[in-house]
Amino acid sequence: MTKAQHLFAILVSLASLAVIVELVRRRKLKEEYSLLWILTAAGMLVLSSWYDLVEWLTQLSGAVTPTTTLFIFGLVFLLLISVHFSTVLSRLTEQVRRLTQELALLSAERDELRERDRRS
Amino acid sequence: MISPDGSSRILVVMPAFNEASRIRRMVEAVRCQVAGDVLVVDDGSSDDTAGEARRGGARVAVHPVNLGYGAALQTGYRWALKRGYGAVLQLDADGQHDPAFIPGLLEALSRADVVVGSRFLGERSYRPPLLRRMGMWLFGRVASALAGQRITDPTSGFQAISAEALRFYAHERYPVDYPDADVLAMVARSGLRLAEVPVRMLPSPPGKSMHAGAWKPLYYVARMSLALFLVPLRSEKR
Repeated sequence: MTKAQHLFAILVSLASLAVIVELVRRRKLKEEYSLLWILTAAGMLVLSSWYDLVEWLTQLSGAVTPTTTLFIFGLVFLLLISVHFSTVLSRLTEQVRRLTQELALLSAERDELRERDRRS
Repeated sequence: MISPDGSSRILVVMPAFNEASRIRRMVEAVRCQVAGDVLVVDDGSSDDTAGEARRGGARVAVHPVNLGYGAALQTGYRWALKRGYGAVLQLDADGQHDPAFIPGLLEALSRADVVVGSRFLGERSYRPPLLRRMGMWLFGRVASALAGQRITDPTSGFQAISAEALRFYAHERYPVDYPDADVLAMVARSGLRLAEVPVRMLPSPPGKSMHAGAWKPLYYVARMSLALFLVPLRSEKR
């Protein structure tokens, strides 16, 4: 890896981390959903600054070039984040269903009470 | 006419989506057959389904957004539980289910917790197109194997449900979109008694079927296969 590549990778990682932290600080990104992103950015930073680790991981996984190792890590993290979001989405769907049903039951109850008022 | 005593009042649940042209007649026909209350669950219709149902004499619960057939049914179950009804009779609002068969379904509740109206046990019933019938047969066989008893019409939404089964149906495990073969298999496996009685069904009006179009049947097959595959992997507690 050339010096320029090294520097670029570190800068990109730092920028990603900064953007995420700033979003959390401004409450544009909820803390409970930011953990995986912060982990991802931190992982990027570690891998871009500690080249020996990348080489060691490359040997360990049987990959041919360190680039492959980086891509694999990137993909795995993105996959995990997507799956995490799917579970969040499922929970939200369930909550929306409960809310909508509760609202419908309350509206029926209101109709009932109005009718009783009118009759009495 | 079935006239239940105070402890076993009956609630008729009719999920409806854009049925303003039919719902009033359906509600009136149902009220002729059963001396219970009628709850129409308007699943986010854009027409006057709710108003027409009220004019027919039904109580109406309105979903502000469209949630799906199963979710609409479940709103009805939850209303029945809240109000302490002894049983629920559910039928579609599109006229596919003949209200004349309601008393038969309710009578069968004395020997089962869930009574399914089967179009294949009865005579003179409308027969769905071949491809759909093949799908129904296949899912019926799988559901029968999982349930340990014969299920002839796994997609029937014409059902009578006891209070015991209502609690099972009100749980979040109840699917929002297609509650059919998988739910019946779950019901039987949980130890609730399941029975089928013959009913007559008519074809649903054009374009109204849940299984219309090119993609929906494909999605349905994939969705139901997955649901059935998961049934034996989960242990449902009552």
